[in-house]
This record gives sequence, structure tokens and C-alpha cells, in this order.
Amino acid sequence: MTIAPMTTPPMTSADPIPPAGGIRWAAADCWTMTRRALAHWARKPGEVAVGLLFPVMVVLMMGYLFGGQMDVPGGGDYREFIMPGMFALTMAFGIETTFTAVASDAAKGVTDRFRSMPMASSAVVAGRGAADMLHSVAALAVMIVCGLAIGWRWHEGAGRALAAFGLLLLLRFALLWMGVYLGLVAKGPESVAAVQILVWPIGFLSSAMIAPSTMPGWLGAIAEWNPMSATVTACRDLFGGPGAAAGGSWAAENAALMAVVWPLLIVAVFLPLSVRRYRALSR
Amino acid sequence: MGEPAIAAEGLRKSYGGTAALDGLDLEVPAGTVHGLLGPNGSGKTTTVRVLTTLARPDGGRARVAGHDVVREAARVRSRIGLVGQHAAVDEVLGGRQNLVMFGRLYHLGAREARRRADELLERFRLGDAADRPAGTYSGGMRRRLDLAASMILAPPVLFLDEPTTGLDPRSRAEVWDAVRALAGGGTTVLLTTQYLDEADRLATAISVIGRGRVIAEGTPERLKSELGGDRVDVVVRDAADLPRAAEIVARVAGTEADTDPDALRAGARVADRAGALTAAVRELDAAGVAVADIGLRRPTLDEVFLHLTDEAREEPAQKTQKTQEVRA
Repeated sequence: MTIAPMTTPPMTSADPIPPAGGIRWAAADCWTMTRRALAHWARKPGEVAVGLLFPVMVVLMMGYLFGGQMDVPGGGDYREFIMPGMFALTMAFGIETTFTAVASDAAKGVTDRFRSMPMASSAVVAGRGAADMLHSVAALAVMIVCGLAIGWRWHEGAGRALAAFGLLLLLRFALLWMGVYLGLVAKGPESVAAVQILVWPIGFLSSAMIAPSTMPGWLGAIAEWNPMSATVTACRDLFGGPGAAAGGSWAAENAALMAVVWPLLIVAVFLPLSVRRYRALSR
Repeated sequence: MGEPAIAAEGLRKSYGGTAALDGLDLEVPAGTVHGLLGPNGSGKTTTVRVLTTLARPDGGRARVAGHDVVREAARVRSRIGLVGQHAAVDEVLGGRQNLVMFGRLYHLGAREARRRADELLERFRLGDAADRPAGTYSGGMRRRLDLAASMILAPPVLFLDEPTTGLDPRSRAEVWDAVRALAGGGTTVLLTTQYLDEADRLATAISVIGRGRVIAEGTPERLKSELGGDRVDVVVRDAADLPRAAEIVARVAGTEADTDPDALRAGARVADRAGALTAAVRELDAAGVAVADIGLRRPTLDEVFLHLTDEAREEPAQKTQKTQEVRA
């Protein structure tokens, strides 16, 4: 059991390879990190499929089991009412993917290895983000197909529908940074359970599944100010579906504006926090 | 080679008011294997984190492979390999995928990264498992993959932070083999470990650290002889004889004896090896003590280690003096 001696190049002051820095390497490193995530999916197709189909199950449960009991304010089909909500909820579920990936890399020392390498440090997070956005685009596509199958339609043209999908991905982009930050703060990937537990009440305390006007007053007010609600209500409006005009508060009236402001605000808070936390790893 | 591969001067680093490094000095000549020994919390890992640019020192300076770890961190990173306490590999990806990914992140071209991956898989005997997820590897295999990943650029300086912690004896031997092979090729290795036999086997020189500074330095042999000295150990047949045996051993050695009642053993450090042994045999015989075993031996590194770290704990004022003594 012997391992052949390895030759080591002499220490030279010239760089054997270009050091980190430069937009080209940052982009190349980011792409390597993205491909890493894609390779993960190729290794675990079952897990990916379950992840993509889980929201479909929620749609079927809500739409067919609970749907009969539900009245949409202003009238309309409940199944069509919940689809924009489910799109947004699917985006929110994505935070778990981000969290788990970031937390497990940090816990297993993989993040330290990256940090000890001459790669662009921004690529660690950017590559993760790009992969997660791709994942969410796929998840959204699955949900769109699911929605079309159960009778959801966009009524106001493809342009406005695309704008709605854009708002949904903007929300996902914002949650990405929340996921990165929480992943860096967490002790390990096991804490994902805590994130999962939080995603549900936050997701449901919004206009995603139930119109806030049917909730007790104070709860309805919280729901209408929930960033999820802004995106959901704006999407309903853009799709021209039922329940769009069920507003009451200022937040509900200005959902389209808030659907842009909220995600930008979340990014403005969590992006610097994440960068600081990442840097703080070198304390 | 002129400049040492690693040169640290007065490194300081505190975490929340507690000093993890308290003026640590270290010099490792190029092409040697240097062991960093110390108990948990003595500052071994912090030293490695500072030297590998993962942590910024609060004070002091360090150069690795000719570059400053703070001001020229990027240059240092392209000249070092790090094997941390966890086997930092992607457990979902296969061994080859891992090495190609790390190769790309070291900015090798696609073809070069694949070529290097195959070469390393071969060298670390992971060829058969190359396409299996690294999560299915044994502890030793994962460590070897980890080592292979840190060797992608064949860095002149390699840091191993407790590379065999938690491994079974067979896997430890495999990792030792790999480290020897690397050192044989001219790589400078800084190795932290809690296992003294590991340092004894691999390292050309050892620094013992306690409370964030070096408390003793030298070759394993020198540490053992200068700090321990030889010992005479007597094992008695009858527990009742133990105090008498200890008394005799102490007298011939001219120092205090220590006893281990469970092992029925009394022993002491001696200066004159042969003289002390013959005197002990004669006096024990004259006193009628039934001896089961008697012998001279060198202290184990464990004893040296415990002795030094106890000293560092009890007499913080004298530890600097001790260091100088050993270095002299």
C-alpha cells in the first residue's frame, strides 16, 4: 500500500495561475458552482421530482379537498383563485433549498475549502443563487402546467402574465438572500425544520389561499401587509383572475407597487447581512 | 531554499475577549513536515486558519510560501492546500466530479482539470470509486479524496488540521502513507494533531502549543530526551512493597518518584542511566523487595506533552523560559 511520491513545483514568485479577481473569473467560478448544483440534481433525480411535485399535491389538496367549502370574495372559481397563491408559495418553499445547501456546505467545511482557494469569493453565493433561481423557474413551470390542467388561465394577455411571473421570481430572488443569511447563521442543515415550520404560517398568513377580508380584522391587516400577499394580489390582478379586487388596506390597493418594493427591501436588508456574515467567517 | 515555507511572528487572535493565539511564533523550513501538537483549545486550529487566510490575525505577521497571509491572501491561496477537520468534499458528487469541480475553481482548463483529476484518483487509489458519490466512501477514502483535492495545484505548502481524527487504524495508516508520499515529493506540510504517535511518525520537527503560544519546540527525539530524560521504572510483586520501592528509586535517582498503585509501579527520572539502574537493583535486593520488572525507558511523547501542558497551565510565567531552554 504505497502512494507514489508526488513532485511539487518549486516555490516561485510568479503566479502559477491567474489569481482571483476580474469579472471573467468571477463569472467562470459562478458557472462552476452552478454546474455543481445541476450535477446534484442529476445525482438525485428522485429527490428533485418529489420537490417539484410537492406543490402540485398542495394544489390538489387545497383545490379539491377544501375547495368546495371556499367562497372567493367577488365570486369566481376557488381553484383559479389559489393558483397565484400557490405560485408564490412555491417560491417561498425555495428558501428551504437555499438554506439547506448553504448550511450544509458551511457545516461540512466545504465553504472553508472554497474560501482557502484562489477563486472569486462572490461565486460561492452567486453560483448557489443562479442554481436556485433555475430550480425555481423549473418549479414555476411545473406549477403553470398544473394550473392549466385544473382550469387556471391568464385572461389579460401573455405580456401581463409574463410580468406576473417576473414578480414571482423577484420574490424568489429576495428570499434567496434570506435563505443564504439564515444558512450562514444556522448551526447546521438540520435546522431546516425550523425554516420549514416558519414558511407555512408566513405563507398562509397572506392572501395566498384565503382572502384576508374573511379573516379577523387584525389578522387580515397583517396578512395584507405580508410581502407574499403583495406578490399574490399583484399576480391575480395581472392574470385577471378571481379575487383580484378584494383589497381593503393601502397595501392591498397598491399591491403591484408593494410586490416590487417588498422584495427590494428584503434584498437590501439580507444581501448586506449575508455578505457581512460570510466575511465574518474569517473572524 | 532560503526563505522558510511558513514564518509566523507574534500572531495574536482573540475571540470574544479570549486569546486563542497569544504571540505565537513558528518557523517551518521548506520541504519538512512540521507537527503542531496541543490539547483542544490550545490554538492549533486557529493557527491553521490564520495561515490559510481563513482568519485574520489581530496582531503579528505571517508569511506562507513567501507571501503575507493578510496583504497577499490571494497569492497565498494559490500556493497552499488545506485539509480541515471535516473531509470537505461534496458528498453528493462522485470523487472525479469533486476533483474536476475543485480543479475548475483553481482555474484549470476543462481538459486539464479532468486530466489532473484522473491522475490524482490514480495516485490516491480512488480510481475504482471515482464515480460513486463521495458520501458512500469510507472515512479513509473520503480523507484521501480530501487530500487529493488539496493537491490539485501540487501546492508547495500543505496544511493538515487533525487529518486522522476519527479514523480507524487502517485509514490512519493510509493517510500517513499519503502524507509521507507528499513530503517525499518536496511538499512542506504543517500538521496539527492530538495524537503524539502521529507527530512522532510523520514530523521532522514538533511545536507543542498551549494557550495560544509555542511552549516547546524541537525534533521528537530531542523533545523526549531534553524534557523528559530517561526513567527508571520498577514494578513490584506485592503492593505493600510499593512505598519502599518508591523510596529507593527516589534515592538512587536523586529526584522525586511517582507511583502508579494500579500498575504496582514506581518510577523516576534519572540522569545517570546505567548507574541508577544498577544501584536500584542492588538496593531493592538488599531491602528484600520482590521485583516483577525493572527497566530503563525513554518517556513517551504523551508524558512530555502532559508535563509541558501542565506546566503551561500552572506556571504561565515560566513557560517562556522553558521554550528558550528547549530551543537552545
